[in-house]
Amino acid sequence: MPNTQELQDLVTQVRRDILRMVHKVNSGHPGGSLGCTEYFVALYNDIMDLKEGFDMDGIGEDVFFLSNGHISPVYYSVLARRGYFPVDELNTFRLIDSRLQGHPTTHEGLPGVRIASGSLGQGMSVAIGAAQAKKLNGDDTLVFSLHGDGELQEGQNWEAIMYAAGNKVDNLIATIDRNGQQIDGGTEDVLPLGDVAEKFRVFGWDVLEIENGNDLEQVIAGLNEAKSRTGKGKPVCVVMTTEMGNGVDFMMYTHAWHGKAPSDEQLETALAQNPETLGDY
Amino acid sequence: MTKYTDQGKQDTRSGFGAGMTELGRTNPNVVALCADLVGSLKIQTFIDENPERFFQVGIAEANMMGIAAGLTIGGKIPFTGTFANFSTGRVYDQIRQSIAYSDKNVKICASHAGITLGEDGATHQILEDIGLMKMLPGMTVINPCDFNQTKAATLAIAEHHGPVYLRFGRPKVANFTPVDQKFEIGKALMLNEGTDVTIIATGHLVWQSLIAAENLENQGISAEVINIHTIKPLDDAAILASVKKTGCVVTAEEHNYLGGLGESVSRVLSTNHPAPQEFVATQDTFGESGTPDQLMDKYGLNNKAIEAAVLRVLKRK
Repeated sequence: MPNTQELQDLVTQVRRDILRMVHKVNSGHPGGSLGCTEYFVALYNDIMDLKEGFDMDGIGEDVFFLSNGHISPVYYSVLARRGYFPVDELNTFRLIDSRLQGHPTTHEGLPGVRIASGSLGQGMSVAIGAAQAKKLNGDDTLVFSLHGDGELQEGQNWEAIMYAAGNKVDNLIATIDRNGQQIDGGTEDVLPLGDVAEKFRVFGWDVLEIENGNDLEQVIAGLNEAKSRTGKGKPVCVVMTTEMGNGVDFMMYTHAWHGKAPSDEQLETALAQNPETLGDY
Repeated sequence: MTKYTDQGKQDTRSGFGAGMTELGRTNPNVVALCADLVGSLKIQTFIDENPERFFQVGIAEANMMGIAAGLTIGGKIPFTGTFANFSTGRVYDQIRQSIAYSDKNVKICASHAGITLGEDGATHQILEDIGLMKMLPGMTVINPCDFNQTKAATLAIAEHHGPVYLRFGRPKVANFTPVDQKFEIGKALMLNEGTDVTIIATGHLVWQSLIAAENLENQGISAEVINIHTIKPLDDAAILASVKKTGCVVTAEEHNYLGGLGESVSRVLSTNHPAPQEFVATQDTFGESGTPDQLMDKYGLNNKAIEAAVLRVLKRK
């Protein structure tokens, strides 16, 4: 397992990857990707129990589902740097004939991805199904999922949240990226989500919070705590507060960079704030 | 004219239930999900015999489709069960992204399809589902005609890898296909050979087509009757071989003429062998309350309507 400094170096490198990917094609979603970088790096390099290679069924290993598929840049970068596919392939993000589609998909056979996402609100149901399959298979590994907070406005989530508690899907850790932003503005202005943690609690989930989801040690500690709470009759929810655009000063404290690529000049500034660590692709 | 005997009226949904009972005993990977309609889907025996392989999701169809997609990851073969309306229109995007685009091995099993759902009326009578499902890349669409064929189709789709839409109904209708007939996905069945006109039918309209063909025979008209149980992939070769012989076609289905079997047949003919065609289908309308027989009569979906369509198409040859 890499030490904290190695993981922190990876975080910085992934941020560079995200910025360069969206800059190259002048499209994509840097804000949420930058905000969830610590989560992805911790998940794939410390938290999840993963087998070598990739197979769709994921039997005997932890599996992950990204529900808010628009943050594909961070997902692709972390998958590539974990060895699922060549890091150079990040060059093909959003280009024609690429496996790195704008939103993640199984359609082009990209290793590491088990479901298409992008149309919001569907990932929790899928994660529940995979968790139920693990129980049927007598497989005691876990299912992780990530959801945007704005995405909780989709009603299917609440069907899933009700189901998971009612059916004791206690091998699932669903993390909510509570960055408080969505395309049209702050979540509390667009359609108030209120107390997300309390909502999950009253639906019957075991909820824990990560106060600063951009602090790698807090993320690792929080996710380890979440793992320790599995298998106790309740699905586990992690409400993780993050800052959209984290790591780039001019992308933070605004929803403006949800789905906007930096200019050449902006890229240069942003990269200077995230110096190369493991080598650019 | 080949004679077919009604072995006793049964609902096609019970054929599905019988198929599920058998799958429960023979295929340990088959799991079932239902959105609060166990009685309507006739899967109680499967549940009683395999309680750990049944997932009651409540009145939450979108979640059901997502859970089904997730269950395939780990090797399960999920069969979802609810009415056709709630199996398709209500959850189109869930099917599109989490099942079809993600190439998940989910079997979407839809009861109470079409207007023969009856008294509940148009909110529950979907006549657009074949169109919705056949437009999804990679989706197989099956609409069997009787109890035996529905049971056989249920068994067959468990062996087929990929998403399937299986459509069946509520009313008790003639059960006339052989009990041991093998179900081959995508393979049309020749029910009666004829020379003057081809009748291509699916679902409940197949038996009605046989009655129509018999009446037509009495008028000296030789009708070929083909049972298309698989609307996608369509058996183009069987359709073309027949229409090249007869020179005209009537399609018959319990569905809107827009987006249904008839349009698929038109595409095959127009690109290969243009021929006059008449459509026995609903005419871009919603349904309404009534008994199944009343509705099939009012909306022109029975043997009389097929007979009339044949007489019309013959004049256009």
